[in-house]
Amino acid sequence: MSINLTLLIVMGVLYACGIYLILERSLTRVLLGLMLLANATNILILAAGGYAGLAPLFNKATDSHEYNDPLPQALILTSIVISFAVTAFMLGIIYRTWSLARQDDIQDDVEDRRVARTPSFDAEDDAAVPVETSEFPLPHAEPAAPDDTGATVPAGATHMPAAAAAAEEKPGRRAPGTTAGPTGGEE
Amino acid sequence: MITVLAVTFVMAAVAPLIFQRMQRNSFYLLAAIPAGATVWLALQFGSVYPGSPGFVEEILPWIPDLKLELAFRMDALAWVMSLLIMGVGSLVLVYCARYFKNSDDHLGGFGAQLLAFAGSMFGLVTADDLLVMFIFWELTTVLSYLLIGYARTRLSARRSALQALIVTTAGGLAMLVGLIIVGNAAGTYRISAVLQKAAELGAGPAQGTIAVAVVLIIAGAVTKSALVPFHFWLPGAMAAPTPVSAYLHAAAMVKAGIYIVARLAPGFSDSPYWLPLVLGLGLATMLVGGYRALRQTDIKLILAYGTVSQLGFLTMVVGLGRPDAALAGLALLLAHGLFKAALFLVVGIIDHQAGTRDIRRLSGVYRSSRALGMVAAVAAASMAGVPLLAGFVAKESVLEAFFHYSQDPAAGPWGLVLLLGIVLGSTLTVAYSARFMWGAFAVKPGVEPTPFKAIRPSFLFVPAVLSVLSIVYGLWPSPVDAWIQPYAALFAPAAGGEGSGPGHLALWHGLTPALGLSVLAIAAGAGMHYGREVVERLQSRVPDWVDGDRAYQHTIGALDDTAVWVTGRTQRGSLYFYLAVILTVAFAVPLAALIIANKPIPGGIYLIDPNSPLQLVVAVGIVVGALAAVRANKRFLAVLMVSVTGYGIALMFALQGAPDLALTQMLVETIVLVAFVLAMRSLPAGLRDRTGGKYRVVRIIIGAAFGVTMIFVAIYAMGARVAPPISLEFPKLAYEGGGGLNIVNVTLVDIRAWDTFGEISVLAVAATGVASLIFVRSRGERLRAAAMVPEGSVGRRTGVERNSRDGATLAMVRRFADISRDAWLVAGRTLAPERRSIIFEVVTRLIFHSLIIFSVYLLLAGHNLPGGGFAGGLTAGLALTVRYMAGGRFELSEAAPVSPGSLLGAGLATAAASGLVPLLLGGQVFQSAIVQIWLPVFGDVKFVTSTIFDIGVYIVVVGLALDVLRSLGAEIDEHFEGAPKTEPERHAETYVGPVESVAGAAARGQE
Repeated sequence: MSINLTLLIVMGVLYACGIYLILERSLTRVLLGLMLLANATNILILAAGGYAGLAPLFNKATDSHEYNDPLPQALILTSIVISFAVTAFMLGIIYRTWSLARQDDIQDDVEDRRVARTPSFDAEDDAAVPVETSEFPLPHAEPAAPDDTGATVPAGATHMPAAAAAAEEKPGRRAPGTTAGPTGGEE
Repeated sequence: MITVLAVTFVMAAVAPLIFQRMQRNSFYLLAAIPAGATVWLALQFGSVYPGSPGFVEEILPWIPDLKLELAFRMDALAWVMSLLIMGVGSLVLVYCARYFKNSDDHLGGFGAQLLAFAGSMFGLVTADDLLVMFIFWELTTVLSYLLIGYARTRLSARRSALQALIVTTAGGLAMLVGLIIVGNAAGTYRISAVLQKAAELGAGPAQGTIAVAVVLIIAGAVTKSALVPFHFWLPGAMAAPTPVSAYLHAAAMVKAGIYIVARLAPGFSDSPYWLPLVLGLGLATMLVGGYRALRQTDIKLILAYGTVSQLGFLTMVVGLGRPDAALAGLALLLAHGLFKAALFLVVGIIDHQAGTRDIRRLSGVYRSSRALGMVAAVAAASMAGVPLLAGFVAKESVLEAFFHYSQDPAAGPWGLVLLLGIVLGSTLTVAYSARFMWGAFAVKPGVEPTPFKAIRPSFLFVPAVLSVLSIVYGLWPSPVDAWIQPYAALFAPAAGGEGSGPGHLALWHGLTPALGLSVLAIAAGAGMHYGREVVERLQSRVPDWVDGDRAYQHTIGALDDTAVWVTGRTQRGSLYFYLAVILTVAFAVPLAALIIANKPIPGGIYLIDPNSPLQLVVAVGIVVGALAAVRANKRFLAVLMVSVTGYGIALMFALQGAPDLALTQMLVETIVLVAFVLAMRSLPAGLRDRTGGKYRVVRIIIGAAFGVTMIFVAIYAMGARVAPPISLEFPKLAYEGGGGLNIVNVTLVDIRAWDTFGEISVLAVAATGVASLIFVRSRGERLRAAAMVPEGSVGRRTGVERNSRDGATLAMVRRFADISRDAWLVAGRTLAPERRSIIFEVVTRLIFHSLIIFSVYLLLAGHNLPGGGFAGGLTAGLALTVRYMAGGRFELSEAAPVSPGSLLGAGLATAAASGLVPLLLGGQVFQSAIVQIWLPVFGDVKFVTSTIFDIGVYIVVVGLALDVLRSLGAEIDEHFEGAPKTEPERHAETYVGPVESVAGAAARGQE
């Protein structure tokens, strides 16, 4: 059993700094944080290999224990090159964000905030169902249009007239002041 | 059975095509399938009934590992159910051919769904595997959703379809849990085997669990068969086209719950909660349904609530678990299927011809169509239990069975309560049957006679057939009796002599108490109808107690509110918030585990490695670099500080005994640094902390806690090691198996070649990602020869005012950078004079080829010495970087006249070939071979085929480096050069080369 405290402390500091940086808003700092995290992880794997030893170049006279463990080394080698590719990709993202929006910040998702403010209104769920007593209504038996009493129902963050809300539920017929939905406007 | 199912579903799949050609008459063709199945059932009669096994089995292995098999079993119960499903199914399809118009939309899909539904019901009743049965159960749920929602433009149809789906699926999920518990406890999912073990399970150690499982299964049946308190979905589902109501909501789907109860009753009716649930809910449903039916003004809703009532009734009878009740239950089920389907179809005709189903607007329909009236009268009379008809025969035997039950001392007072409840329910049935007939057909004073179009015989044909069957069944019940007897025989005869056997269905049993009760019910029901105004007045005074529909709305509404609340609290749209939560969990959980476990710190900890004491010094450098990177408020300073840690780690690798890692890390750090500079040259120099001071403390705490936790986790994890490392074998393996001395390299290209292959695939993907982020539209494969480009045109600075400080600097630089001198590089002359550096060009000229040769050396020597494909490829990438920096983007395309995409593809292909070729030669994937050859100059050469894999790695890495240079370097250059025309003010920031620092800073000062 061998636990190299020097390596582990370096790892801990790199992790701490990396975490601090990825909690930033600036994309550049987040990328730097990721690079520190990758380095920290490489050190962790390296430390798992035990004592420093000979370079793992095979020599018949050398006992296996005298080499530094080659397996963690192979893993780290893979990790280094992948980190390079990821870094390049992140750089591409940073450049693109900057050239499109002139900002280097991670923005809050406005849509998520809007969703959080939305009441649980759903026009489909909350409209009153008209009583239908036939699948084959005669022309004169059309149910009367919803009375325009000025009542409103909450729709999203705003209110809309109850009559308009009910009319939206009937594709093909448009009440004044409402827009046709995707299935609407068949007339 | 499997053939019947297959034919049905295949036909359903092609049905839409048939409809395109034959319009609504295709329904006739579809009807032939269930009709054929009915004939097939008749042919099976011989093997299902008098024969010795009493059933036919078909088993097809499906997923043997899960013990899941397509097991089907046709016994008496399945046969009777199938007869109802297929018989009524074909009749309803025939009816559809006249109910719908050719102009109706989506008829093809509708026909397919209806046929598939018949197939699913057939599968449900014949399946002998609990899970297969459940699959068909859910299929019927989904198909019923589609069928109810046929009129997709109507709100009522959409909503009630969804309501039916949610309610029945909720019950179905409960049932699934119950089925799995039962299946696991029994050790088999075969229904027949489970039922044989039922008594043993009910008394065994798991009896409590089994009782709960049975309750869960009943919950499924309760929702599917619309029993109280979930009865509300069935009247809602009347938004479906009437043929659907006739089939799903009278004959087939709602009977699925009854079927489950009937199927399990022989085994589980002794389960502790079975009788209270089945009888209690059944009776409540029967009474609530009958009561509510009397309040409806839509004739279809009268039937719907009537169906609810009858379903409760059926559940009670079928679930009693006595032979006579079982006989009566199935008899009633068949009778109900016949008369209720007929009545629904009659309602469909009335609606179709009159344009309304409202009893306040219907008047004098009987005068318009006497034939329709007769058909309806027979069916309604059967529903009311009028003698000579099917309903009467069945109800008689039910009353008989419950009369015996009430006499049984084991039943106690509840037997009598049930009997009275059934008589009351029957009274209500008679009353609403009369109300239906009166409402649909009678002449009502004060209501105009309803205009009624004449009915074509082909339209009336189906309900007429059903009514005739009701009469035949009533007059000649003995065949039905014979069908059901084997099922009734499954039940142990009740104790006590009288009524211990199943008895028989018959029109005339003599003057029995049951007959008396029948007469009582009919008389009382008729009385209720006669005094209907009094009854209505009484009903209107009683408030609606509990409205299941409203309760459902509230539940769904509360669910919506909760969902929005939870979403609003968790999905904040802030990456910082998410990361903080995730990371806090990531350190808090292991930390808590460490504290709770409270293990002593393992031994073997040392601060200074005796083999490598210098590590401590390097460690200090790395830590300082990391802290400085955090503190840095200039962009490039922060990047440089991170690089310091990176180079420090390369040193650490070297000190630890890992030359390959040190080499690779050095090369990567250098290329990354260049990539950073290239990508970030347009971004502002300052790096402000925009997260705000409020969160800084939180970030410090999370970061520090995470770091400390990782240290302790690592200490304990390494201290927990007990086995010798697997890699002790690697040196031998590498030398003898892989034929190489560099153990790390052999590990990469041979021992763990799969791993490396995955990695280079990731590299290719990431490189492509970078290119697509920068090039956006095309991948930028176009290459232009430097010869086509005018001298000194690339990167030329324009738009600088002559008299400004900037202009003076530029003029100075131009004077010294003489355009006329020869270029040291091929494309050097394309660069603007102020961008050229003679020293850089000369040095590049000197070292480029050496670097390339060195990279090839690293690649080939890597098998035995430090190096390999990764290091070699990175070195070549570095060489290209130098060329690009010195000579601009045309120099880059002169140096590497191939597209990075082709390089990536070629590299991956080479690596893949080195894996596949051994396979073709009869070896393993990625198997390597050692070839000893003699070459003229080199003498004996030992070549290991895994080197080919390494060459693939090399090419991929070069491709990655080239992609980075082409994207972040060359393409961004072009973006800048294109920029001044539209945005002159930004041009000031677009420098690469010697004047960058001066001019860039000056330009930024102006802003």
